[in-house]
Amino acid sequence: MHLSVALDGAGWHPAAWREPRARPAELFTGRYWTDVIAEAERGLLDFVTIEDGFTLQSTRTERVAGRLDAVLIAARAAPLTRHIGLIPTVVVTHTEPFHISKAIATLDYVSNGRAGVRVRVSASPDEAAHFGRRVFPRIALADRDDPAARQLVTGLFDEAADYVEVIRRLWDSWEDDAEIRDVASGRFVDRGKLHYIDFSGDYFSVKGPSITPRPPQGQPVVAALAHGDPAYALIGSVADIGFVTPGDAGHAAQIVAGIRAVSRAHDPILLGDLVVFLGPSVAAAADRKARLDELAGYVYTSDATVFTGTPAQLASLLIEWQQAGLSGFRLRPGGIPGDLEAITRELVPELQRRGAFRTSYQAGTLRGRLGLGRPASRYAAGDKQPGDKQPGDKQLSGSN
Amino acid sequence: MTKQIHLAAHFPGVNNTTVWSDPRSGSHIEFSSFAHLARTAERAKFDFLFLAEGLRLREQSGQIYDLDVVGRPDTFTVLAALAAVTDRLGLAGTINSTFNEPYEVARQFASLDHLSGGRAAWNVVTSWDAFTGENFRRGGFLPQDARYDRARTFLQTTWELFDSWDGDEIIADKASGVFLTRPKPGRFAHSDAHFEISGQFNVPRSPQGRPVIFQAGDSEEGREFAASSADAIFSRHGKLAEGQGFYADVKGRLAKYGRTPDQLLILPAATFVLGDTDAQAAELAAEVRRQQVSGPTAIAFLEQLWNRDLSGYDPDGPLPDVDPDPGEHTIARGRASVRMYRDPLATAAQWRAKAAAQQLSIRELIIEVTGRQTFVGSPATIAGAINDLVQADASDGFILVPHITPGGLDEFADTVVPLLQERGVFRSDYKGSTLREHLGLDPSTPRHRLGSVTETI
Repeated sequence: MHLSVALDGAGWHPAAWREPRARPAELFTGRYWTDVIAEAERGLLDFVTIEDGFTLQSTRTERVAGRLDAVLIAARAAPLTRHIGLIPTVVVTHTEPFHISKAIATLDYVSNGRAGVRVRVSASPDEAAHFGRRVFPRIALADRDDPAARQLVTGLFDEAADYVEVIRRLWDSWEDDAEIRDVASGRFVDRGKLHYIDFSGDYFSVKGPSITPRPPQGQPVVAALAHGDPAYALIGSVADIGFVTPGDAGHAAQIVAGIRAVSRAHDPILLGDLVVFLGPSVAAAADRKARLDELAGYVYTSDATVFTGTPAQLASLLIEWQQAGLSGFRLRPGGIPGDLEAITRELVPELQRRGAFRTSYQAGTLRGRLGLGRPASRYAAGDKQPGDKQPGDKQLSGSN
Repeated sequence: MTKQIHLAAHFPGVNNTTVWSDPRSGSHIEFSSFAHLARTAERAKFDFLFLAEGLRLREQSGQIYDLDVVGRPDTFTVLAALAAVTDRLGLAGTINSTFNEPYEVARQFASLDHLSGGRAAWNVVTSWDAFTGENFRRGGFLPQDARYDRARTFLQTTWELFDSWDGDEIIADKASGVFLTRPKPGRFAHSDAHFEISGQFNVPRSPQGRPVIFQAGDSEEGREFAASSADAIFSRHGKLAEGQGFYADVKGRLAKYGRTPDQLLILPAATFVLGDTDAQAAELAAEVRRQQVSGPTAIAFLEQLWNRDLSGYDPDGPLPDVDPDPGEHTIARGRASVRMYRDPLATAAQWRAKAAAQQLSIRELIIEVTGRQTFVGSPATIAGAINDLVQADASDGFILVPHITPGGLDEFADTVVPLLQERGVFRSDYKGSTLREHLGLDPSTPRHRLGSVTETI
């Protein structure tokens, strides 16, 4: 089973920052994030994701407001950790694929092959106003009968697919052995192994090659969260990992089948998202959740299933959902460090006892841990097998 | 009064100053190289480490230029990682104002400043070329004469974002449940010819308030821009007379912006070659120049001035008989230096005269006319030269550019720095924790508290 955690501030519950062991005054420090990610590594987890966005989470005085750039948090933690994968969130709607491609490649270098990126689209008019380059209408995006909403969302996901295509081509734009340092001829690189990507789409054009050589993993891991179409199609076409939000095992099976049906060239790794509130007994966990709800002034719910119970119960549920077709999970700790430590120090040993989770890290990259192997550059001549497709291959033009 | 010297380390760049052919030369990409140089600089109590940037691989004659180091990692990501392996060293990087948006850059620098405990610095550069623009959504739309205007408003906009939080909003009191002292922090609204943005900035005020601002341009607009807005200038005038001239010129521009001379530091880039004796250092320096200018590199340099294909010429032979092509410069793209040859025919005439007088081959001539080392000598000679230049107001210190990655600063740290410390002109330990403190700059104050929120910079 693959197991990861989604990190966001003091935890996912809006009142989590008021828990006795929470560190709300340190949320904007390197030490906090390093400690939290090191705790996830202590639990042998596959990776952490780090939430991000360009809007203030809340304008209310009783909530956490403000967040640091997720790529830079990951980079800050990378030299002080050794095994855990680092998957920051990037908003593709407002950023440059060229910059993000080299940022994630560099995260892969500073972490020795543990980098990924979770791509997210943004239809928020407020977020767009922070950039002033596009104007999005204020509409209910979830309203599937509204043609304007459907058109906007479809466009954003089409753009996201192009974006991932571009960052992947840029990662491949230097072949692995492009740096030759040939003193006799005075050449540092073999420029025949540097490739223009010549991408041209509806939303942007990018020439290439990257300024950063091919990263250690070749292709860092690309992930996305999805609750339905067209995000399922994005996962099926360009992502390595999809985070999904089933309500039960049957629903999990249905989602897995749905995404497999729209997967074009590869089978993405599908992980179930759950928000978790853990305690030594069902009552203790429920009491804690209730106390947090009381502090927040409402009953917290989520796009993902909210689990309240013991680590042993959670272990049983995860194994059941895994049998329904999921490859593992991304747990969103209700509070940090409480629920994070319950995952790393109680849930993980429980899963290990049941033979469902690793008992040590093996050397290697994040891709290796996920069973993805290291692909050759799409531009490398001759050593690619027909049918050996990778995410993002569909529009490969083989330019240059 | 004796001035205190400021010193910084420049990670070896993507140009022929950097010698990659030396057996001691390591990776320019692996993090271990960056960590090595940063740790050396911090051990030597340097003010900061500096990373340059280039957003498109350079080309010559329509092909990627392959004779120098090619490729580099992402500036922000490396600096954030270096914050994990250093405690005090300032972390400075070049970030382009043409191919970025203010909200994102402000967020990245504020994040870096938080994650480093107040050590971030930004070298603001501008660009207008469509060549680099081909890598970006925004393209290369900017007319050359609009680039400083955009840079100025870009910087002004980021300052409004940095200043949108006062710094006292977060109390995070668990007992009362009050995280923010007041609702809706970070509000901003900016409108000008380049940017029309509004909303709420989502990074609380960082330890330095805003990063230390560097400026590198040498033009009239660049100097004025620096005098109005920068904390330090990354200058190219490292010699005595030209350094003093530049220093006096730029510091003289500060008064009209209500600033004092100590609020803008002049830091030229400088290369160095150390030896046990001055004679040995001179020998080593000549050898380094030969490493920096290989035969193919000499031809490539000549092509940049001649603006035509000279690949058929022998670098160990005489200069070409043909004259430079005076037309539009097409041979080299993605590098700044080609624009320095403002009158190619006159420069070529000078080079021919010099080559004839001294009987120099193409390679020997290029070694003579390009990029000689700033400081060559024994540790005592170099320490004396640096101190003399600073005390004579030719600069406030230097940004040292080693020619070997990553160990090229080690000897300087071990031999020159102790001599400067003995003279009492360079710190023996850090006194503050932020880069502003290292540089002797005042803490930044939110501008609206100064009552000047709408003032242009």
